Amino acid sequence: MHIVVCTKYTPDSEAKMSVDEEGNISWGDSPLIINPWDEYSVEEALRLRDEHGGTVTVLSMGPDVALEALKHAVAMGADEAVRVWDEACAGSDTLATSYVLAKAVEKMGDVDLVLCGKSAIDAQTWQTGVALATRLGWPSLMYAINLVELDREQRSITVERLLEEGRQVVEAPLPAVLGTTKGINEPRYTSFIGIRKAAQMEYPLWTLEDIGADREKVGPQGSGVRWPEVFEPPAREAEAEIIEAETIEEEARILVDRILAEKVI
Amino acid sequence: MSRDILVWVEQFEREAPAASWEAVGVARQIADEGGGGVIACVLGGDGLADLAEEAVAYGADRVLWAADPTLADFRVEPYTTVLQQLVREHEPGTILMAATFRGREIGPALAVRLETGCVADCTELHFQNGELMATRPIYAGKLLSRCVIPERRPQVFTTRVRAFPKPEPDVSRQGEIAELLPSVTEDEIAVKVTGFKDTAGGVSLADAGVIVSGGRGVAGPDGYEPLRELAQLLNGAVGASRAAVDAGWIPYEHQVGQTGKTVSPDLYIACGISGAIQHLAGMRTSTVIVAVNKDPEAPIFKIADYGIVADLFDAVPALRDALKEKLE
Ligand SMILES: Cc1cc2nc3c(=O)[nH]c(=O)nc-3n(C[C@H](O)[C@H](O)[C@H](O)COP(=O)(O)OP(=O)(O)OC[C@H]3O[C@@H](n4cnc5c(N)ncnc54)[C@H](O)[C@@H]3O)c2cc1C
Ligand SMILES: Nc1ncnc2c1ncn2[C@@H]1O[C@H](COP(=O)(O)O)[C@@H](O)[C@H]1O
Repeated sequence: MHIVVCTKYTPDSEAKMSVDEEGNISWGDSPLIINPWDEYSVEEALRLRDEHGGTVTVLSMGPDVALEALKHAVAMGADEAVRVWDEACAGSDTLATSYVLAKAVEKMGDVDLVLCGKSAIDAQTWQTGVALATRLGWPSLMYAINLVELDREQRSITVERLLEEGRQVVEAPLPAVLGTTKGINEPRYTSFIGIRKAAQMEYPLWTLEDIGADREKVGPQGSGVRWPEVFEPPAREAEAEIIEAETIEEEARILVDRILAEKVI
Repeated sequence: MSRDILVWVEQFEREAPAASWEAVGVARQIADEGGGGVIACVLGGDGLADLAEEAVAYGADRVLWAADPTLADFRVEPYTTVLQQLVREHEPGTILMAATFRGREIGPALAVRLETGCVADCTELHFQNGELMATRPIYAGKLLSRCVIPERRPQVFTTRVRAFPKPEPDVSRQGEIAELLPSVTEDEIAVKVTGFKDTAGGVSLADAGVIVSGGRGVAGPDGYEPLRELAQLLNGAVGASRAAVDAGWIPYEHQVGQTGKTVSPDLYIACGISGAIQHLAGMRTSTVIVAVNKDPEAPIFKIADYGIVADLFDAVPALRDALKEKLE
């Protein structure tokens, strides 16, 4: 089994985000980490490898800092890591990103399963996984919360995936693209041995030429979406009105009056 | 390409979620302002005639529906194929759908097939210099981004659930309803649906107008009982913090926040939730926020509109009784 996990680096979820006058986004001194949603994918890939044998390769499209995500995945137990980057990739939307990732997966040639996270906590588009599946022409199994079975003989995979009304049980042939979500597993911590391995490992960098990508299809010219402006939302106004009265029953009655006056129920 | 707007109206057991009507409402507004008609598309196994009429009442000029066994269950491949077929025949300039689990999968799949852009999860959509400009939250709502699709057509947008008003249906509206013959056969579809488990349990979080949420303060699975009673009284849903979900007190489907659901109810009542930034990420756009917490310093009071500093096991039943009294 060759399992590929797509990961992205993101600012920590605690980061205080801000935008300067030029429109540059900053996350203060918060560290860059592996996208938290991707840890579920790494964990699931490691479990599948341990059960069925094979290799887990983590893949990220991004500049040097993207190594942080790859290192974390290796420290958890991934076998190989590949970074794809070229200055031309900057400003890629999911149309372009999925193209680059698909080209890299195609170059690997022997991939049975690709895992993506539900979403990256920066731009949070939730698009890359299904876009990648569509590019590859493989089944898209997004929001998987339970991997029921991977049958190597039959080359098929069965998962429970989330819909608003409940969980849909779906079966698909391999190769496929699986999108994970919280609840599918409990990601392991990185181990000392893993961290050492991650520090010593080589991280090959693939260029657009290496993956045979057409420059016209990456970066802004390969993208459909532009984002001309990023800004901070207006703050929610000040502190709560704390309801205080003699008894809790009285407080409850006052609160109900306030809520009714807001006309939200 | 025409100026027409294609809206995919999703359905489950022949009912569309409010979010799809919200998307039709957005399409209607864009059409009224920028010209063109609203074409709604409904896909499913059978019995879609009522839904097609509803789509007209909510603002569609034309409704194209396709009923076929291959479309009975939601699946990306056949749904995308039929929508692509519709795009070829009708050449809409804009495609809209709700940013539900289904819409978030179909939007990008369709966009890739059409080699075009998809802006996910829009909370605002308006014309700027003749172009549709979207606003969407990024970094868990800590920032907002304006997005535009300058060149490629059709352009695809998914609309955030409850970010736009649900239009008032007008049953006297006239529209054209036509059946569509889908060009898919079962043997072309790789994914098979083999089952369905109902885990949502009543009102779904995403659609709920009222959410009563409990965190570590509920102290165990039974601690949700008073919250459930209050939610039921308000025809609302029950939410949870990650701490409560991780403790195994309530299933993940109820989690609100950065790694849970993003919700935007009219009323959010947070009980025994401290208000960590990752929790706020999922509920900060609620219209009115009420916090019940023992600790007056809890950060939840910084974004709440109203607060009660008390033990939730006293406050929530008192709230329920006070409500019952008023509603009678
Ligand atoms: C990457 C990442 C993603 C995350 N995603 C999410 C997410 O999606 N959603 C989420 O919720 N969290 C998320 N978290 C976790 C988040 O940081 C907090 O740990 C979590 O929200 C805390 O839950 P809580 O408020 O229930 O618990 P606590 O922080 O322990 O707060 C419990 C509160 O209950 C009050 N309390 C206790 N007993 C009572 C009582 N009897 N009556 C009244 N009040 C009482 C206490 O005063 C306290 O304020 C995430 C964290 C990380 C790192
Ligand atoms: N640049 C990237 N490199 C590798 N994987 C990515 C990249 N961007 C997004 N992904 C994957 O796609 C998922 C969804 O991201 P998004 O569509 O950006 O919300 C993430 O959890 C990753 O698995």
